[in-house]
Amino acid sequence: MTKEKESAPHLVGQFEQWKLARSANGSGWFDAVRESAISRFAEIGIPTPKMEDYRFTNLAPLARGSFQHIAIAGDNKNKLDPDPYLYGDSTAVEIVVRNGCLESVSAAGDLPEGVVVVPLSEALHSYRELVEPHLAQYAPIESEGLAALNTAFLEEGLFVHVPRNVILQKPVHILYLTDPGDRETVSYPRNLWILEEGADLTILESYAGDREATYWTNTLTEIVLGENAALRHYKLQLESEKAYHIGRLHAKQERASRLSTYSISFGSRIARNDVNLALEGEGIHSIMDGLYLGDNDQLIDHHTFVDHVSPNCESRENYKGILSGKSKGVFNGKILVRRDAQKTDAVQTNRNLLLSDHATINTKPQLEIYADDVKCTHGATIGQLDRESLFYLQARGIDKDTARSILINAFAGEIVERLEFEPMRSRVESLLYDRLPGGSALKEWR
Amino acid sequence: MLEIKELKARIGDKEILKGINLTIRAGEVHALMGPNGSGKSTLAQALAGREEYEVTGGEVTYEGKNLLDLAPEDRACEGIFLAFQYPVEIPGVSTLYFLKAAMNAMNKYHGRSALDAMDFLALAKKKMSDLNMDQSLLHRSVNEGFSGGEKKKNEIFQMAMLDPKLAILDETDSGLDIDALRIVADGVNRLRDPARAILVVTHYQRLLEYIVPDRVHVLSDGRIVKSGGKELALELEKRGYSWVKEQAGDTSPAVS
Repeated sequence: MTKEKESAPHLVGQFEQWKLARSANGSGWFDAVRESAISRFAEIGIPTPKMEDYRFTNLAPLARGSFQHIAIAGDNKNKLDPDPYLYGDSTAVEIVVRNGCLESVSAAGDLPEGVVVVPLSEALHSYRELVEPHLAQYAPIESEGLAALNTAFLEEGLFVHVPRNVILQKPVHILYLTDPGDRETVSYPRNLWILEEGADLTILESYAGDREATYWTNTLTEIVLGENAALRHYKLQLESEKAYHIGRLHAKQERASRLSTYSISFGSRIARNDVNLALEGEGIHSIMDGLYLGDNDQLIDHHTFVDHVSPNCESRENYKGILSGKSKGVFNGKILVRRDAQKTDAVQTNRNLLLSDHATINTKPQLEIYADDVKCTHGATIGQLDRESLFYLQARGIDKDTARSILINAFAGEIVERLEFEPMRSRVESLLYDRLPGGSALKEWR
Repeated sequence: MLEIKELKARIGDKEILKGINLTIRAGEVHALMGPNGSGKSTLAQALAGREEYEVTGGEVTYEGKNLLDLAPEDRACEGIFLAFQYPVEIPGVSTLYFLKAAMNAMNKYHGRSALDAMDFLALAKKKMSDLNMDQSLLHRSVNEGFSGGEKKKNEIFQMAMLDPKLAILDETDSGLDIDALRIVADGVNRLRDPARAILVVTHYQRLLEYIVPDRVHVLSDGRIVKSGGKELALELEKRGYSWVKEQAGDTSPAVS
């Protein structure tokens, strides 16, 4: 019998413990929000499949598990090497957070004046005037238990503030590493990115973990894009296949701003990504793209929501999934066009490639349209590799595994090609080849 | 080079090839003609190793090897090339990448070193201009959005690049206008060579005015019912396929 809610008193208990353990760090001004968030979490708990939005994704393991808040669980000695996940000189600033704690911030000597790129822990006490108006203003703490939980515990993450008309040429990167050893831990990464009018920036967000470790990452990002600001955001999720990744993004876009947010999701036992965009101004352009790769028992769930509040905005959404083994995919794409949002132009597609008889996908477009002069299209496809195409490749001397890889890679290529930051694009290509049966040959020929 | 003995094949429960006998020597060009549904394409695809066509009897020997034992990719690497009747569109894979992958696979099979990228590109451009093909096609996805003529030319282009020992052209002429037909035929004729054999599968005699065959065979209801020199094609053109069918004593309607 599925429960109406999964309360997790041990997580609430950890909050009390953690509160006592924390030394005064100068960010006490946020404590009242933490207290109300943890109370709310105590009331509503972890979502269950009884709720429509979690129908296919049972998060009961999070409630039952003995996940320890990482600051309480202490440090681990077998450290995962961050180097394979870093981009070094190609970035303006690169921050590494390990097991919820700040590990390093790369030199940021050449940032334009007024730009703030710091760990959230630092922003909480040094940049209160920039943080306070926005932090926890967009995440639905009242209705989403895990957003409330993240807010109660939030401490480390990436804070970015780009002033008016400032353009950053090189991207900013935050890497979250988890290597808790034998312990089952939970961490609460939190990001806040504020781009003022006309600001322009690329942000990379990576998650990786010890492949033998069972842990839970509960992450939340809030984004504010001022008028005519532009943000390209690439999230690369490569958690351990034993891990649970709950990710949530809320972006508030003002007039004529442009946001592209990409979710590349290859890791985790269960990955749940919620992407929520609020288009509150005319002439906004939003892109939400994603590529998910599932194998074995993985479950990868994307829930997206575009809220067209104002007229003359465009949203483009393209998610592609490749599922093998007994993996499951879930895609739910909601588009809401409010009464005033005339001339909305929204396109949503979700295409899936099922590579085994046991892989499944549940895909659902959800359109709610209250304006009468709009253009909204959506489409979902589910298919297997085309036998004609396979034979065609084989008839040119290419063995079956390589032929399959070429076709899978071509399917994924539509999304991969759009990753404008080349070092990440080739990393994603390479990771993709590693996961394909004949991928090594493709790698050689690249 | 190729010896087919009593070859039988079916798709599902339907028997299509009912005992084909055909021998092709190096240097020869053979034409295989016949009405729709007689089994021409089935034979072409079965020789290339299409899994859906189940061989239920007979033997095929190619260069002394049992062809039926080889996977489709190994047949290709051994020098068999099938020009598809309906070339497949492969979105997201450029023609250039596709050809490189094919040539690399063949080099690997034969233990040859990988080809030089510059030499490859120069060769590709030369072959394309021979076929009056637009070089921008190299960078487009394989056959995607190509016109019918471009698709057929692309097959001949691939054949020229891959340099097969046995080329099988499956209705490469159908749907081509006369200019494209000439260009395609010239492409095939350039490949005529004492070391190479070509099997031209066609419904129409028209192509054979440009690619003059050494032997012509007529397939009807899964069997070769008549073989002869190039003049047989002309006679067929004049008298129609019903003439050979009557001669073969076959009155059953053609399968589609």
